[in-house]
Amino acid sequence: MLHIKCPYCGMRSQNEFAYGGDASVKRPELNKEISDLEWDSFVYLRKSRRGKHLELWHHISGCRQWFKAQRDTATHEIFKTLKPSEDI
Amino acid sequence: MQRYSVFSLIKNAFNGHKGWEVAWKDPTPKSEYDVVIIGGGGHGLATVYYLAKEHNITNVAIIEKGWIGGGNVGRNTTIVRSNYMHDDNARFSEFGMNLWRNMSQELNFNVMFSPRGIINLAHSDAQMNVYSRRGNSMRLNGIDAVLLNREEVKKMIPMADFSENVRFPIFGGLMQPSAGTARHDGVVWGYARQADSMGVDIIQHCEVTGFDVVNGKIKGVKTSRGDIKTNKVGLCVAGSTSILAEKLNMTLPIETHLLQACVSEPVKPILDHVVTFGAGHFYCSQSDKGEMVMGGDLDGYNSYAQRGNLPTLQHVLTEGIAMFPFLSKLKMLRTWGGIMDMSMDGSPIIDKTHIEGLYLNCGWCYGGFKATPASGWTFAHTIAHDRVHELNAGYSLNRFHTGHLLDEKGLGTKTWIS
Repeated sequence: MLHIKCPYCGMRSQNEFAYGGDASVKRPELNKEISDLEWDSFVYLRKSRRGKHLELWHHISGCRQWFKAQRDTATHEIFKTLKPSEDI
Repeated sequence: MQRYSVFSLIKNAFNGHKGWEVAWKDPTPKSEYDVVIIGGGGHGLATVYYLAKEHNITNVAIIEKGWIGGGNVGRNTTIVRSNYMHDDNARFSEFGMNLWRNMSQELNFNVMFSPRGIINLAHSDAQMNVYSRRGNSMRLNGIDAVLLNREEVKKMIPMADFSENVRFPIFGGLMQPSAGTARHDGVVWGYARQADSMGVDIIQHCEVTGFDVVNGKIKGVKTSRGDIKTNKVGLCVAGSTSILAEKLNMTLPIETHLLQACVSEPVKPILDHVVTFGAGHFYCSQSDKGEMVMGGDLDGYNSYAQRGNLPTLQHVLTEGIAMFPFLSKLKMLRTWGGIMDMSMDGSPIIDKTHIEGLYLNCGWCYGGFKATPASGWTFAHTIAHDRVHELNAGYSLNRFHTGHLLDEKGLGTKTWIS
């Protein structure tokens, strides 16, 4: 069982959260002309690193806020959680 | 190679079993090979076997970081099936079924293939319609499929919950009678023994640390036991694919996730088939030892841990108890986890890459074990001829750019619970 510190609510059990995937993926800028390749890469390609991974979580059974977490994908140690606007 | 038979068994019984040869050797890596396959799991071993047998390419090394069969091929729930709707998946997996049927004879190793049938339960009229469509598609591709009504399912699995006021009543099911199970370790050992006898070097405890790529061509691999020169490299490393891809500066449409499985204490025979729950993600069969073999959802977040987390296991077993209430009385014997190469459309990738001589075999999601022979066969063909076979043409890497996704279930890397 993971214990995740929601930046808004504090430490809660994993059961309250839903996973949102890699937070380092950047959506191409709105209204900017981009190639199909750039768009497909954004939609489908992931680094999927072993080790430190910046990812999105949703406190779906709590405050319903999205936030970022830096977690080790091999040990599940959570180093830091932060609001979506914050950078690591 | 020593042939296994009832006569060799009797002969060796009389000399105290001292006459058995080693099943495969433990060679030191040579400095150069025609082909190097990375990953000594089921798919890698099947690939080197078919490279040698079908294409006469025997100057081959298969490199494994741990020991052969220690990854997902030793961690699955042993289900073998071809109940797919899309043509590319159906043709590929039915080709595999024919290899499974003859595998024990071909490999001279009992892989205990048991075509006991798989039943996907339906819990609504809409789901019966969907199953009817999938069953018809299967039959058009020459795969056996039978649509069962509630009474027919009740005759086969009377211990399922057929009471009146259940949340997910059983309306019927879709059965593939020729599907079943096989002994996963036997598959590893069978392929390894035959490949070794044809001259393939099986190199264990050897980690790949880098690649030698010159002008867009693969020239060799760097390993913990020295550099190896080769012009052809095949990746068969399942959940570790993204780690090796990063060493090649490639980013793939794959995420590595953890999938758990478990077995109960052994009980007397009660379940004759493989049965899946239709209102969630849970599957169950009974092993020859009597254990109930069960599995279901991913843990739900990127993971290389190779061991699972309790909330998912609880969720999966709750579904199991909804289907088979008697499971609640059983004690759990073992649980374990393996790391899956989850592709973005839920279908695998067997293809060439932009690097000449580098071939990719990954993205097996929940269904790697049953694909072992067909994956090895088509991957060997792709490597030997430097072009894809028509059976794996649909499993191309660039389908994520051309839009030809194979979204059999629309699952991808997402779990049902998230």
